[in-house]
Amino acid sequence: MSLDKATVRRIATLARLDVPDSDLEPLANELSSIMGWIEQLQEVDTTSVAPMTGGTDMKLVWRVDEVTDGGKPDDVLANATDSQGAFFTVPKVVE
Amino acid sequence: MSLTSFTIAEARTKLRAKEFSAVELTEAYLAAMEQGAGLNAFITTTPEIARERAKAADARLKSGSTAALEGIPLGIKDLFCTEGVLTTAASHILDGFKPRYESTVTAKLRDAGSVMLGKLNLDEFAMGSATITSFYGPTKNPWKARNSNADLVPGGSSGGSAASVAGGLALGATGTDTGGSIRQPAAFAGIVGVKPTYGRCSRWGVVAFASSLDQAGPMTRTVRDSAIMLGVMCGHDPKDSTSANRAVPDFEAALARGVKGLRIGIPKEYRPDGLNAEVSALWDQGMQWLKDAGATPVEISLPHTKYALPTYYIVAPAEASSNLARYDGVRFGLRVPGQSLDEMYSKTRAAGFGAEVKRRVLIGTYVLSAGYYDAYYLKAQKVRALIAKDFDDAFEKVDAILTPTAPSAAFAIGERMDDPVAMYLNDVFTVPASLAGIPGASVPAGLTSTGLPLGLQVLTKRWDEETMFAVCQVLEDAAQFKRLV
Repeated sequence: MSLDKATVRRIATLARLDVPDSDLEPLANELSSIMGWIEQLQEVDTTSVAPMTGGTDMKLVWRVDEVTDGGKPDDVLANATDSQGAFFTVPKVVE
Repeated sequence: MSLTSFTIAEARTKLRAKEFSAVELTEAYLAAMEQGAGLNAFITTTPEIARERAKAADARLKSGSTAALEGIPLGIKDLFCTEGVLTTAASHILDGFKPRYESTVTAKLRDAGSVMLGKLNLDEFAMGSATITSFYGPTKNPWKARNSNADLVPGGSSGGSAASVAGGLALGATGTDTGGSIRQPAAFAGIVGVKPTYGRCSRWGVVAFASSLDQAGPMTRTVRDSAIMLGVMCGHDPKDSTSANRAVPDFEAALARGVKGLRIGIPKEYRPDGLNAEVSALWDQGMQWLKDAGATPVEISLPHTKYALPTYYIVAPAEASSNLARYDGVRFGLRVPGQSLDEMYSKTRAAGFGAEVKRRVLIGTYVLSAGYYDAYYLKAQKVRALIAKDFDDAFEKVDAILTPTAPSAAFAIGERMDDPVAMYLNDVFTVPASLAGIPGASVPAGLTSTGLPLGLQVLTKRWDEETMFAVCQVLEDAAQFKRLV
């Protein structure tokens, strides 16, 4: 599987990673080489195999849907670069 | 004999007998940390917290406390959130992050009387096998090859943990293991490292890398020390939905069981053509030690072994790309300004993540993206099921499996950096057990001809850490490995 520059550009946008144009080519080569190595999985017969979706055979447990924590706006905001009142700030998104 | 040369078990006895105080022991370690600062094992040292906790431990010891780790100085991998103490995951993107809460595992260690010395270096977000991707620079292995002065890697990602315990800068340390990050550095540094069954230790408050694989575990000088530490670290936690609601066994009691009558599996797929001859010979020697102690070797097959690494390099980056979406410059850590919200996200993440993290985020995003999900991610989850089934089938015939921990001893800092896949091959023997969620431990078992440590790995079925510890103890007794400290 070979990734071209356009594909790297597209996944970088999906991943919200700013990638300068000069890095697209080397990244495409690196990722292509990793994906090429991964390609060997296609030779495994997985017909009627159920996917393993977690690290354990345990069933997830149910619990009562109730509030067990909260009311700590100061703790929540303590590590923000910028906040106003009880809010995080971000660049303006609505004109 | 210096205070830093005792094991946890020895220090425990001597602290209770008042042969020395927790404050004296802690001061000895703080001095050793200063002397060994060149290893770059710690990202942050916490001498004030250490002194305060040591003093409190002494007061409790005076009134007869027998808490499991009372007064024992430990290092904490900087992937565990620690209240009020900088927590970086060795990443620039977590600049200045001081959690307002304590991870479940470190809270349990604190409540058992242990003394936190500081936060240990690692590969950025635990992604690596050499502790060379840290924003805070590489950690050095305290071991050197005979007749060479080259600085060697301590393995990774828990390289700071391995170096600190092997070099006498901490009596024990926490590690985390996603594909081998406890076991491989333990092997490279000549110490014991234990990854328990997935679900044994709570992941709450541990910076997430790949949530279906991440497990915390102890890294110590002896098998007994790991049994003591793991007993404290694990247990049910309602805050982690994958934490097992099971009683914690008495791991230390299991050490004396021996291996008489046990069947030990030797998987033929772990001996590929070209396996390092010294690694291969040590593996044979390990089996001979177990045979001498009454165990029976059984050749087994784990047919999907060769697919474990490529499976891991889909599953782990996919989960990582999702987990790392939270680093957006808004709620914590680094922020690089931008004209729009998206520009701020993209610039922050580009500046904050290192090359290996970016690589994995991109791979993960790719295999989860529309049109590729079934071909890669779903396929990998199915192969993962086959890898887990290989182990289930094997444990019908054997009680434990013995393998080498890593395909080589520690290599020099700067080696194997050009080719990501060559670096990934370090974890070829540890990744399958991670995918299956079974427990695994590495025990130092011998030296290469150039005098570098090699480890043997013991695997057992889910929730059977007791048999794992029993086998490890026999290996340790037979190997008579000479530690640095």
